[in-house]
Amino acid sequence: MSTDTRTALPTPTPDAGSLHGERRLSRAVLAGIYLAGVALGAALSALTGFSVTSTVVYGVVLGTLALYVACRAVEGRRKAADRLVTALVTTAFAIAMIPLVSLVYTVLDKGLARLDGDFFNQSMFRVVGEGGGAYHAILGTLIITALATVISVPIGLMTAIYLVEYATGRLKKAITFFVDVMTGIPSIVAGLFAFALFTLFFGNSVRLGVMGAVALSVLMIPVVVRSCEEVLKLVPNELREASYALGVPKWRTVVKVVLPTAVAGLGTGVTLAVARVVGETAPLLVTVGLITGTNLNPFDGRMATLPVFAFYQLTQPGTDTQAYLDRAWTAALLLIILVMALNVVARLISRFFAPKTGR
Amino acid sequence: MTTTTAPPGPPRPKRRAGDRVFAGTAKGSGIFILAVLAGVAVFLISEAVPALTAPSEDVAGGEGFGHYVWPLVVGTLLGAVLALVVATPLAVGIALYITYYAPRRIAAGMGYVIDLLAAIPSVVYGFWGVAVLAPTLVPFHEWAADNLGWIPLFAGPASTSGRTMLTVGVVLAVMILPIISAISREVFSQAPALHREAALALGATRWEMIKMAVLPYGRSGVIAGAMLGLGRALGETMAVAIVLSGGAGATLNLISSSNPSTIASNIALSFAEASGLEVNTLIATGLVLFVITLAVNMLARWIVNRRADFSGAN
Repeated sequence: MSTDTRTALPTPTPDAGSLHGERRLSRAVLAGIYLAGVALGAALSALTGFSVTSTVVYGVVLGTLALYVACRAVEGRRKAADRLVTALVTTAFAIAMIPLVSLVYTVLDKGLARLDGDFFNQSMFRVVGEGGGAYHAILGTLIITALATVISVPIGLMTAIYLVEYATGRLKKAITFFVDVMTGIPSIVAGLFAFALFTLFFGNSVRLGVMGAVALSVLMIPVVVRSCEEVLKLVPNELREASYALGVPKWRTVVKVVLPTAVAGLGTGVTLAVARVVGETAPLLVTVGLITGTNLNPFDGRMATLPVFAFYQLTQPGTDTQAYLDRAWTAALLLIILVMALNVVARLISRFFAPKTGR
Repeated sequence: MTTTTAPPGPPRPKRRAGDRVFAGTAKGSGIFILAVLAGVAVFLISEAVPALTAPSEDVAGGEGFGHYVWPLVVGTLLGAVLALVVATPLAVGIALYITYYAPRRIAAGMGYVIDLLAAIPSVVYGFWGVAVLAPTLVPFHEWAADNLGWIPLFAGPASTSGRTMLTVGVVLAVMILPIISAISREVFSQAPALHREAALALGATRWEMIKMAVLPYGRSGVIAGAMLGLGRALGETMAVAIVLSGGAGATLNLISSSNPSTIASNIALSFAEASGLEVNTLIATGLVLFVITLAVNMLARWIVNRRADFSGAN
């Protein structure tokens, strides 16, 4: 922050109580030292057989080291430790960006090839090589996710209302705790649960769309409860009290005052919950299976869903491997687009439907 | 002048039918959720019992359920712990960067970008892991086999495809990074401002302030976040199923081409072709996974709640 350079003399300020004064390195000098270290790293990497990875690794390590040594010499131990941590923490953030950028780039690169009209309006029925599409899988995903939403939202919302408006004591604690625990259920276990539940009634080889919806609901309900609970807690108590003062029964207060006030947050929460389950693969793999044709009835036999479709296209390609891989990557791209779109919608809901407080 | 007559007795709150129905429905939903969780356990157990009680030569592998599930448990724990070891320091660094180092104006945006990592479906991570990460890590596998071979974890011989436990650990680390960093971020930002300002006022550098005021306060939060991340990594299915070439016996060797599978990925890969007792066996392994993750999650939640109880920061 200081504009001093390394040549700045210690300025004796008697009332500051500092014995040695301060010697600081300016930002430009620090950047210069870091870059020198990076350049050294690049040179080292070039000597030992050049590759991008080793250049970056050597560069960052030597840059950080150079920074530390220079600061240590000029500014002292404590300041140097501070600079070192700053560099490390920034590096940590940069490292986390690598997979995100790499993943998005890869999926776009490989997925755009088949993102055409056929992909959206053809199924895989009697397709063995090129062509075909994910029409059946897209519709299957939409149907099953919608069904899961229809199951989860009423249960989740009512539970959130119970927790915020009614519950007291031990039951409240138990529900809160186990809802939290439920968010950690592995998705495959949720799938096995739905499978075990339905096999009790329909026998061992049953595969239904609705089974997948039940499995997704197990994953979705706790998310809905948590987000709705947070939002309902934010509704100011004055609104409830004003309503009670007018003689409005409690349930009408909740329905007519609390819920409309919170509607933006509720919409956001539900949308994010949908986004969480729409890409789930494992539970659908064991409950819904996959077919090549189009089945739009979740109560009758196997259905295709986008994540499972992508998985099998990648792992069990037919003879014309590239065509299968292309479809797999396009399905993956479509999944990412779907999830991101839901995230954006969630943000928009909270922006546009937020209650107008007039303040 | 009007005289007010005192109402006959205190007003009795009327219990309207609507109120009763609404409250009942709300309470019923809450109890229903508890029932679902209990149902998960009950149905898994009921379907797992045939495999647990079957004579050991009938279970896949021919040596009983314990023998079947052991390598899977080892694989599951190995991958998850590796992910935790890689992800936790990174996540703490990210959380510190976003809360105390990044410029204020863009910090929220950076948090959102990290959260995007959590939004990407796990099957897509699998695609990325097998197509990009595994080939990228092959040179590291070879280097580790040459230079670190004396550590049992890197005994080698190095896999040439990169579809190893090491790669799985890195993929899982990326997946749990946003979970750990989100919770760490929250507790770090709640560190009492008075403590932080007092440290700075005494002349502490930023790092010393963090070391003295933020980290002690946030420690339990970081632990809880790490446990939640561990739970997620234990149960992760698709990324592991796609990346790992598993199926071998229990081994701690991270970089060879014969790896133990994990419980979740084994279920995903074998379930479609399973029949009869095999299905029960797979469900029984799922039960084992359920118990492990339940224990980890309950421990994590307990830590979080205990902290919430005495910190007063909600």
